[in-house]
Amino acid sequence: MSASNTTTITSIGAPNRRNTELAMLVFAVAIPVFAFANAGLAKHGTVPAGLAEYGLGMGLLAGIAHLIVRKFAPYSDPLMLPIATLLNGLGLVLIWRLDQEPVLGKAMAPGQLEWSTMGIVLFVVVLIFLKDHRILQRYTYISMVLALCLLIAPVFFPPVYGARIWITLPGLGSLQPGEFAKIIIAIFFAGYLMVKRDALALASRRFMGLYLPRGRDLGPILVIWALSLLILVFETDLGTSLLFFGLFVIMLYVATERTSWIVFGLLLSAAGAVAVGSTEAHVKVRVQDWLHPLALQNGGVTETAQSRYAFGSGGLFGSGLGEGYSRLIGGIASKSDYILATVGEELGLAGVMAILLLYGLLIERGLRTALAARDPFGKLLAVGLSGGLALQVFVVAGGVTGLIPLTGMTMPFLAQGGSSVIANWALVAILLRISDTARRPAPSPAPSPDAEATQVVRSQ
Amino acid sequence: MNKPLRRVAVFCGLLVLALLVRVNYVQFVQADQLSNDPHNRRVAINQYAQPRGDIIVDGKAVTGHTTTSDSDFKYKRTYTDGPMWAPVTGFASQAYSTSMLEGVEDKFLTGDDDRLFFNRTVDLLTGKQKQGGNVVTTLNAKAQAAAYNGLGKKKGAVVALDPRTGAILAMASTPSYDPGSFAGDSLSTDQKNWNAVQKKNDPDDPTLNRALRQTYPPGSTFKLVTAAAALQDGKVTNVNQKTNSPDPYILPGTTTPLVNEGNIPCKDATLTVALQYSCNTVFGKLGAEVGLDKMVDEAQQFGFNKEQFVPVRSAASNFDTKMSPDQVAQSSIGQFDTAATPLQMAMVASAIANNGKLMQPYEVDKLVAPNLSTISQTNPKQMSQPLSAENAQKLQAMMENVVNKGTGTNAQIPGVTVGGKTGTAQHGIDNKGLPYAWFVSYAKTDQGSPVAVAVVVEDAAANHDDISGGGFAAPIAKSVMEAVLNK
Repeated sequence: MSASNTTTITSIGAPNRRNTELAMLVFAVAIPVFAFANAGLAKHGTVPAGLAEYGLGMGLLAGIAHLIVRKFAPYSDPLMLPIATLLNGLGLVLIWRLDQEPVLGKAMAPGQLEWSTMGIVLFVVVLIFLKDHRILQRYTYISMVLALCLLIAPVFFPPVYGARIWITLPGLGSLQPGEFAKIIIAIFFAGYLMVKRDALALASRRFMGLYLPRGRDLGPILVIWALSLLILVFETDLGTSLLFFGLFVIMLYVATERTSWIVFGLLLSAAGAVAVGSTEAHVKVRVQDWLHPLALQNGGVTETAQSRYAFGSGGLFGSGLGEGYSRLIGGIASKSDYILATVGEELGLAGVMAILLLYGLLIERGLRTALAARDPFGKLLAVGLSGGLALQVFVVAGGVTGLIPLTGMTMPFLAQGGSSVIANWALVAILLRISDTARRPAPSPAPSPDAEATQVVRSQ
Repeated sequence: MNKPLRRVAVFCGLLVLALLVRVNYVQFVQADQLSNDPHNRRVAINQYAQPRGDIIVDGKAVTGHTTTSDSDFKYKRTYTDGPMWAPVTGFASQAYSTSMLEGVEDKFLTGDDDRLFFNRTVDLLTGKQKQGGNVVTTLNAKAQAAAYNGLGKKKGAVVALDPRTGAILAMASTPSYDPGSFAGDSLSTDQKNWNAVQKKNDPDDPTLNRALRQTYPPGSTFKLVTAAAALQDGKVTNVNQKTNSPDPYILPGTTTPLVNEGNIPCKDATLTVALQYSCNTVFGKLGAEVGLDKMVDEAQQFGFNKEQFVPVRSAASNFDTKMSPDQVAQSSIGQFDTAATPLQMAMVASAIANNGKLMQPYEVDKLVAPNLSTISQTNPKQMSQPLSAENAQKLQAMMENVVNKGTGTNAQIPGVTVGGKTGTAQHGIDNKGLPYAWFVSYAKTDQGSPVAVAVVVEDAAANHDDISGGGFAAPIAKSVMEAVLNK
């Protein structure tokens, strides 16, 4: 009997790897604590006052998260929690380090620590209450409405630094709904595509060598895509619109297995990019900055040039934490959009590559979860969430390093921003839930007299 | 669904790979270019992260440094007697770059010079801060003070050389400015002070180094060059023999007469008498007789038509190379297009005083590393020999005669042989501008001549008729020479 099911389902009998996770978490907490001490010593010559509290707090939060994972998602991926913890911890150190520059305004690290705590609380809540990710499938159309609301809402609030991506609640602070919309729209796409994928993939007409789906299948998706794009053009936030569109194409491709979707998507995005790029003044400026990063503007050095100088001055190994001049980037975004430039200057090429590899690892673990998931909804949701993460990292890091024009988005976990850190902890929690389901040993089949004759067949 | 999923995984991997390649490009391939870009403020922050080396006169630094509190540039330049030394030191400003010695020797002063590589490496290994080297000048503090105070509120410049070596002993220019007043980068003080001394806000142009960078019509002082050319060419052999000179002299090829200033005995005057009274007619005719080619050659041997690097660049003095004979005659008495820097005229006096040998002028004696070892030493170098020793001595006798009983009696120093020549250069349309008063001179002891001076005063405050080389410029030259002679 045992021979009949161990060979076909790979995850059966796999160790749950919780101790691996714990060991990794020790590093994930220790490294930022050392970094914190290092930054404090470099900046003020003394170990920073809050070091013990910071270390204990980080340890406590990571410990609680770990215990919750051990209890509620025992078979989940062992790397994601440590990577998220490490990135979040390093982000806090970087923000604290930039707080030591008076020109960059008020201290933001304490606030970010609160947001991180709330992020971990949300992580815990998701793991405890979301027993099975397939529950989310029930909320496909509610997700659609919610995502649309979240995307439209900022239009009714005043723009902050040229981009309408904020909801400002008097007395409570502001919220970036796009970060949450990223998750919710992935849920909608996953639910919708799971139901419609056969129709989209098979009931198509051949047109000029491409399989085009029927209008009624395509309709809702085209509508939400066009709507989100329109809203984002009105909100003048190119990065988020790029992210959503990429997410949409990736999930459509995975759901239908049709390469024609990629072609279709690239054509649409090229058309969109040209249209937006030639009409929106704010996007035109970004493109000019990208083409001529070091050009002076009104005789002054631009933020783009400053961030490039920061990277270049960091060289291979960087100046050391707290010993760089990334404060020269100035403005409002040095702790958020440009935080990677501080990594580049103070930790050098080595540090930036380490951070990028951490993101790469997190993304690939997410995609591995998608591969291992047994249900199409879980697969689609996991690929949507990790693909979204990949696109976001690419768009932000590529923009800051000058690979592509700069768009206003933040590095997940690393950058200052409450909405971002909370949403990303939720994202990791959902991925962990999917991977827990995927890696959980299959229930033993009921003993059957003709077991020898029956073959268990892999369904995907 | 796993096949497209794997492709998506590969695609996401490629995205991360593209980022890795990009950061390698920015932080490795482009790193040097970006980190040294002049607009990268880190370059300047680094430059001011340690004190600059000092500029030293007579064993004492005339520069210093102070730490700033309100700027990311840690050290700021300070100057002792800034206005007096400004033509020598120039400025090293955090906001407005550098000039003069501060500019030419900038890399040495900041410690970035290749010649300090060994010191830097040792400092790096021993964990010491990078240190700048010191620039030891040839200047003489007393002579400089005499020159600067002598000029006082008047507009003008003084250059004193040691004729035997070419070492610059004094270099003053007035009105001057305090380079320390805009050494920082503060908008409220430094920018205001900088703007105040710019030419557009101050027509006197205080930041102009008149000693090196301003050319003036040399007037009668140029007659020394003409006399040298006539002697070298053999047009005159005995300086006490009567010349064949009409008064007035009709400029060749024209009907324009060249006249003398005042009623002076210039008709057929000897060369000595002609220099004593500064006869335009005699020297105009001599210059025309020597001819364009030889006049140009002589002037260029004295250093005309060429920028000098001491090592700070000087403006090129001018003697036209294409002229008609009447223009040559006018140019030979320092008029027409002839123009000279005070440095140039000091070089003329020093070549005559040094028996015809013109030494290359220089103001940096040596560059000293932070550990006090000498990195480079300037050795005196002969630049040219505009006239023979014999002719030089004839000219010396003529110049000494000028001081003894001619236009330069104000420069007499008891017990010292002094030779000189005055000049009053008219300029402006129809010579309506206030003239420039010149005096060039040298002093001689039994060990040769230790000092040659050129003084120019452009005194807008004086009456047109009162301005003369002997009256205004000679006393300044005298006090500078006395300072060098330690009188």
